[in-house]
Amino acid sequence: MAIIVRRLAIGLLVSGMALLAMPLGAEETRTIKLAVVSPLSGEIAQMGEMIKLGVQLAVEELGPELAARGLRLELAPQDDQANPDVGTGIARRLVNDADVMGVVGHLNSGVAIPASEIYKDYSLVMVSPANTATIVTDRGYATVNRVCGRDDVQGPAGAEFAANTLHVKKIFVVHDKTAYGQGVAQAFAEASRKKGLRVLGFVGTEERANFQPLVLQMRALNPDLVYFGGTYAQAAVLVKQMRDRRIKALYMSDDAIDSEGFVRIAGPAARDVYYTTVAGPSSEFPAAKAFGERFTKRFHRRPEGYAIYAYDAAHVIIAAIRQAGPDRAAIAQAVRHMELEGITGKIAFDDKGDRRLADYFIIHLPEGTYPGKVVRKIAMPAPPRGH
Amino acid sequence: MDWQIILDILPSVLLEGLLLGLVYAMIALGYSMVYGVLGLINFAHSEVFMIGAVAGAEVMIGCVHAGPAAALVLALLAGALVSGMLAVLIERVAYRPLRRRASKVRLVPLITAIGVSFFLQDAARLYLGLVHDDFYRVYPNFELLERTMDLPLQATIQGKGIVLMGVAALMLGVLWFLVVRTPMGRAIRAVAQDREAASLMGIDPDRVITRTFFLGGCLGGVAGVLFGLLYTQINPYSGFFPGIKAFTAAVLGGIGSIPGAALGGLFLGVLEIMGGTYLPLVSDGNIGTEYKDIFAFAVLIAILLFKPSGLLGRGHVEKV
Repeated sequence: MAIIVRRLAIGLLVSGMALLAMPLGAEETRTIKLAVVSPLSGEIAQMGEMIKLGVQLAVEELGPELAARGLRLELAPQDDQANPDVGTGIARRLVNDADVMGVVGHLNSGVAIPASEIYKDYSLVMVSPANTATIVTDRGYATVNRVCGRDDVQGPAGAEFAANTLHVKKIFVVHDKTAYGQGVAQAFAEASRKKGLRVLGFVGTEERANFQPLVLQMRALNPDLVYFGGTYAQAAVLVKQMRDRRIKALYMSDDAIDSEGFVRIAGPAARDVYYTTVAGPSSEFPAAKAFGERFTKRFHRRPEGYAIYAYDAAHVIIAAIRQAGPDRAAIAQAVRHMELEGITGKIAFDDKGDRRLADYFIIHLPEGTYPGKVVRKIAMPAPPRGH
Repeated sequence: MDWQIILDILPSVLLEGLLLGLVYAMIALGYSMVYGVLGLINFAHSEVFMIGAVAGAEVMIGCVHAGPAAALVLALLAGALVSGMLAVLIERVAYRPLRRRASKVRLVPLITAIGVSFFLQDAARLYLGLVHDDFYRVYPNFELLERTMDLPLQATIQGKGIVLMGVAALMLGVLWFLVVRTPMGRAIRAVAQDREAASLMGIDPDRVITRTFFLGGCLGGVAGVLFGLLYTQINPYSGFFPGIKAFTAAVLGGIGSIPGAALGGLFLGVLEIMGGTYLPLVSDGNIGTEYKDIFAFAVLIAILLFKPSGLLGRGHVEKV
């Protein structure tokens, strides 16, 4: 209910402002749009909402800078439902709206990959706050960028930690059969093999409720650590059912469980869970404290997960619009050469759109409460093309 | 592959299969009974199950301080009543008018059932979104229900597993009694045999159909609460797969047959867990857990090839 009221209020406000602005500045001021596409409904809506709010704050704070260029920036939030079909439909609509100058999104790599094929054809720039699958930037498109890290670094970072710090020997890997989940699980499993760990099983499942066949396999194979590549709604149910059946193996997962929702579903089973992430908690960045305060003041909730990355992604696009004006191709070029100091540190892209130096974190939930403790932070450059 | 390991976990596999199978059995009864009296596959039944689970979760979350026993009993009652009444409502609004107008074409109510199913999914989604600003409900943890107990042969069971078995056995027993030993049951069986002849004997078929929907809905709702309790979270699409599986179980057991639906459910539950657990183990990971449904359905097809009317079905062929 609160959301609806809030949306109505924002809608009224925006349309009210538009009405006011029209007779006064119709000649000089052009309205342009920054789209933010993320799942706003469905089981991972909590993460998608954070991306939207991060961009909203950026548009409200940094948008007025464009007034000098005679531009008025508007936010265009879109709900891709974490679904590739819906995502590409939205992409087609966005490229055909001449006022849309850039896209922050998506949350799911499986959605971003087909959608960015469409953005590319219309030179519409996309800056992703959250897509970690390697193929997102490996296609080398001039319009596709990301401010977060990659799975072929995230997976191995987790494997390195599992082998050298947790000292596990036998691992069991589960993934959700999406481009993202399977990709990060594969990277983890391969790096683990190279470290000499035994991979007892590598299984994909679309199951959301009954993980007993997997739990029984764990009973039979007795791994030291179970790795899950996928999002929190599944990850939480899996670990809960493991603990219910007294599977004592350590549990490790990826950046898509970095949400309060994970702890809420898993309950006590969230205790002692490890995960790798490309989006550090606000406490890791000096500039994030002030951001957190502004965010909480504006939206009455704490920023989570990708909110600061979404803010930075929007910041990059807004700065590029300021440089290049309302011209999609010029904006895409300006984004690729942009260098600025974001909340998450220095942002600059390499020739395929990866962040030059991205941070990777390993987080532990010792008490099963969110947010957890950062046990390691590593800054790594993206692997070069053809890696 | 070490065969000792396979034997070691066999008791647990059978137990998990039994728990899942009981849930399937209770849902399958709803399909089978409705098919018995109407010749209709009520595809909206999977959403009746899901809404029962949501209602149970709401009550259980609301009664979280009343202790596990009270919360559980109230949740089961709420699930049964909400689902039972919902099933009756669906019959009144969606099926009865069609039965009166186009009684000869069976595909019309079938398609309506699919439409109702979509409608209920989105209604649940709307409800969760508007009231809770969320997508799913999570069943609360009660220490007593979560406690894991040891059984012989290295198997373990949780409090909620025991509850599931007890409640399911009770419900199946009560249903058997209602159908076999009471006048109402006799009326249901009479309508299933021949609706026109039954109405000539002074039975009001519409009343019997309403009661059948209510009974099937109650069982589905209780199954929903037990399913949610066992597997933690419930969302608007949670009904889809259990619904399809239970429908399959009803066909496997012989659709229209009440003991057949129960047997088919148990059989399918055990097959699914066995396939999912053992296929990767014996194939060294080459055949993944995701093939569990393919395995279960392959067995189903094999059985239906030799026994087209299902395990306990009557020996005549009917078109859906």
